[in-house]
Amino acid sequence: MLKEGQVRIPSGCAIAAIIDRKGGMINGSEIIKSIALMHDRSNGLGGGFAAYGIYPEHKDEYAFHIFYENAQAHQSCEDFLFRHFNIDLAERIPTKTIDAISNGPDIWRYFGRVNRVRMKNSRLDESEYVVQCVTKVNSAYDGAYIFSSGKNMGCFKAVGYPEDVGEFYMLDKYDAYLWTAHGRFPTNTPGWWGGAHPFNILDWSIVHNGEISSYDANRRYIEQFGYKCTMQTDTEVITYLFDHLVRHHGLPVNVAADVLTAPEWDEIDRMESEKKEYFTNLRAIYSGALVNGPFSVILGSNKGLLAINDRLKLRSLTAATKGSRAYFASEESAIRIICPEPEKVWSVSGAEPVFVPLEIDEREDD
Amino acid sequence: MSVTAGIRGYSEVNDEIKAELLSKDKVSVTDVNGQRYLGCALAGGKTLEIQGTAGNDLAFCLNGGRIILHGHGQDAVGNTMGGGEIIIHGHAGDALGYGMRDGQIYVRDNVSCRGGIHMKEFRSMKPVLVIGSNAGSFLGEYMAGGTIVLLGLNLKRGEKLFGTHCASGMHGGKIFVRGAFPKENLSPNIKITALDERDKKELDGYLKKYCRYFDADYDEIMKKPFMKLIPETSRPYANLYTAN
Repeated sequence: MLKEGQVRIPSGCAIAAIIDRKGGMINGSEIIKSIALMHDRSNGLGGGFAAYGIYPEHKDEYAFHIFYENAQAHQSCEDFLFRHFNIDLAERIPTKTIDAISNGPDIWRYFGRVNRVRMKNSRLDESEYVVQCVTKVNSAYDGAYIFSSGKNMGCFKAVGYPEDVGEFYMLDKYDAYLWTAHGRFPTNTPGWWGGAHPFNILDWSIVHNGEISSYDANRRYIEQFGYKCTMQTDTEVITYLFDHLVRHHGLPVNVAADVLTAPEWDEIDRMESEKKEYFTNLRAIYSGALVNGPFSVILGSNKGLLAINDRLKLRSLTAATKGSRAYFASEESAIRIICPEPEKVWSVSGAEPVFVPLEIDEREDD
Repeated sequence: MSVTAGIRGYSEVNDEIKAELLSKDKVSVTDVNGQRYLGCALAGGKTLEIQGTAGNDLAFCLNGGRIILHGHGQDAVGNTMGGGEIIIHGHAGDALGYGMRDGQIYVRDNVSCRGGIHMKEFRSMKPVLVIGSNAGSFLGEYMAGGTIVLLGLNLKRGEKLFGTHCASGMHGGKIFVRGAFPKENLSPNIKITALDERDKKELDGYLKKYCRYFDADYDEIMKKPFMKLIPETSRPYANLYTAN
């Protein structure tokens, strides 16, 4: 059977997200309720969630979530992990047996710190070391996929409807200050577990509705910097673009968003000089990172939540706020079902990324 | 008699509504949470009153019926409607009145992107879209006929009457705009003109209806001047790829 990437997959999809800016905890049942309302936007071939703040007892360790398709992959990937990291805990991710989710891989998680001797010998800083280890497993270890590699966060995904995926992973047992969710509608392929959203590297996670028509240009650009697109679908490239722009080049998240969704040249021509120079520079320096749609994308991170639309606004995305919480969803009803009386509701425009920064410093609190 | 939607699937809710409509001219549906296709192809003489957040394609192919929404609309309200009336006591999402052929839509607040995309008219069929506040980008994209009215009521500081690419590819119909509007967001080939007497009379009818439906102040609305946006040519892309 052909896997994704070998055939074209136009997709419909639903996305949703919640953040509490002050770090207050939100139970997983809320995001499930939101994404479940948009059931008809997906077709049961992929659903997933990202949750931030769920592993406070391991908050200084990397949490690796891994799919194993066979025992051989399990064995060789674990050997690799134990060589490159000091693993404190290895366990199967708890799941519930339900009819709706079947034929899955073996799903494990590991908490650990980098092996400092190996890291020093590799002459890499810690984040780069982790990214290269994850890239190595996903590109060279057949049947093993690290689909989550951040600290105090985790992705949970499967082939199925998102509400079933939430039940399967028992997400009502997790509390997070930030949740994102995705319901998938791949129309030409069976979909596979690794190809479900969110896509993650370090603390970045992406859920995406639409298509990246600039995928190959973006992939060629990002692969120059050591990333490998291994998940056989277009979305992961955005994850790597953000990681590259923010971590390697030190751009603030909102500037990175401007790189991805920079305005058209004729709009830039009409801008006042300071803004014109800013966007001209971004487009000149980062032409390979400009992303063309149709898409709506939500980026989760330990810095906050970012929502972007393609420049021509070809996918719907609604935002709302109430108190310290911000909500995003492909449809307004999916927000109102968990927040009936928001203070402010608006449609995210193609020209204006929405960034909701987290107002606590994740790394300093204890 | 009313139908309660809750979180039931759209086909179940729509089947119930249709069954009710067989014997009644007016049906209300409450606690709506994103169910699609409500009031789909509703015929003349029938009224559907909705409480909640109506799902995508509300009043799709509306066929003369009347839809009153107490709440907000999502995407593609009045998609390809061929007659009737939609009154929204709230805002609406993207692609409002998509390919609309006849009938009228009144939205109390704002609409998102692509309002009135590819509206068209033919002989006596003249669709009308009245928007109380402002509109997102691509308002009236590829518009081929009919009338859009944009009132700009209750705009907050910094909010513009319409977003970028307004009337992109417009080649028929007209847009009436009230008060200041961002000329830089207008597409090329769009002419800004004054209203003639016929326009004023036509507009007046829509405004009175808007005021009646939403209890708005007619005199207040008339305090700001209206202008008319029309295409300079009926073939804006005639020379996009070739010189002749």
